[in-house]
Amino acid sequence: MNIDICIVAFSQSACVAQAGAANEVELIMPQLEAVYSQVGISNAQDVDFVCSGSCDYLQGAAFAFVAGVDALGAVPPIQESHVEMDAAWALYEAVLKIRMGHAESALVYGFSKSSPGELPVVLSQQLDPYYLAPQWIDSISLAALQARLMLDKGIIKASDMAAVVAASRRCAMDNDKAQLAGQFSISDLLEEPEYVSPLRKADCSPISDGASAMIICTRSKAEEWQVPFVRLSGIDHRIETHNLGMRDLTTSHSTRLVAEALSIHNSSLDIAELYAPFSHQQIILEQALELQAETEINPSGGVLAGNLMMASGLSRVGEVFNRIVAGEAIRGLAHATSGPCLQHNLLAILESS
Amino acid sequence: MDNKNKEVIDAIEAPIYLKYNFTAGLAPARFLSQLKQGVLTGQRCPKCDNVYVPPRGSCPACGVATEEEVVLGDKATVQSFTIVSIPIPGNPIQPPYIVANLVPDGANISFIHLMSECVNEEVRIGQRVTAIWKPKEEWDFAMDNIRYFKPLDEPDVPAELIGHLSVNGTEN
Repeated sequence: MNIDICIVAFSQSACVAQAGAANEVELIMPQLEAVYSQVGISNAQDVDFVCSGSCDYLQGAAFAFVAGVDALGAVPPIQESHVEMDAAWALYEAVLKIRMGHAESALVYGFSKSSPGELPVVLSQQLDPYYLAPQWIDSISLAALQARLMLDKGIIKASDMAAVVAASRRCAMDNDKAQLAGQFSISDLLEEPEYVSPLRKADCSPISDGASAMIICTRSKAEEWQVPFVRLSGIDHRIETHNLGMRDLTTSHSTRLVAEALSIHNSSLDIAELYAPFSHQQIILEQALELQAETEINPSGGVLAGNLMMASGLSRVGEVFNRIVAGEAIRGLAHATSGPCLQHNLLAILESS
Repeated sequence: MDNKNKEVIDAIEAPIYLKYNFTAGLAPARFLSQLKQGVLTGQRCPKCDNVYVPPRGSCPACGVATEEEVVLGDKATVQSFTIVSIPIPGNPIQPPYIVANLVPDGANISFIHLMSECVNEEVRIGQRVTAIWKPKEEWDFAMDNIRYFKPLDEPDVPAELIGHLSVNGTEN
């Protein structure tokens, strides 16, 4: 069966360091209202399927993802699902649902309140529970091991990492949702002290609170709604072993495999939004994707400018959608990652309709 | 290798401690602040008019934000109840005791609380009850500022009216 999947609406909150007292429902609702109004529907009753991505460990609130359903208006009952992952994978589930003919439209959202806990430490508990999680190895330390390998092998220089940060900060100046933005030279950035060696603070994405939401549907539904739409012409993902010692951390084998599956290598892409939580990981991804020189990378500033854990992946797709709708791009690539050191990677291709 | 001498490892200890600066949410924070002042409040849905207690910031039925705060009465109606006859670990209350779904006057949704100063066998759906608060100096951001609810000498509320009384209760 060949069903065209279209993205018709996207909204993301600003990335903020601390969303104050707002709970998950209060974070989600403004984004849901925004996507409903873009399409001209009133609530989740007007779509066939809803899927969300979040992780209760982030805010330390048990069953926060169930409480999130309070934002939907689920009376009478709706078809709803959840992934304990970034909402990019909720998007993947929604795409499958539509491709199987079980739905014509779907609402996808992700939310993140990372500020209540110590995020890098919280993320240590996603590691293998027998050998790694009891050591409390935090996500920044693991990324630092990866960066060290790349520097020592001569794959990158510290200035290459700083260049990624400088570009992110510069692009983020045009992104009103960004948390960190500004003009910084490579030498400015290299003057900063190391944080978790060899990473400087600026090499790490900030901790952010917020949410994002998207509506996807079949082409005929998009035409019925009479709204601008962007074709989601491909989406796929691959995961690597949880055993970090078995992986070559200097490359992203899984990203390369997805890129091959979607025939991305050297294809024409105007923009690429990459979910690289650490500066050196953007270089790993660029190498694995073999993007052409014309492809503009992270015009939004990427997640170094603001990282909504569990929503940033969906937001990468949303950023590409926004730029295609605005006529700034014809074809774009969105990437989402999950797990330590780019363990799990998803790619989506978006094309102007 | 001699398998017979191998120690069977059937468990490892890996305790998890994570610290959070938990926040209740904007709507629950307003509710808890009022509760500390000895006032029970709900929030009204702008679409279906239902009043929720305790409020979470949205009407789950309509999926819209609830902004309007509504002061509720101390009086409530029993919507359902159970007699707990077994001790619950960690619960200081000695069985048998009553756990009830109570709808406070002015609200449309029940919350769960305890009943006391009552004959357990005479508790019934539709029965009128009122909140017995702790002494003022013990009030905190907590639901147990209300110790329990006790029966009132008022006529029972017919089943179809439970959850539909105004804040003035059965008086109008």
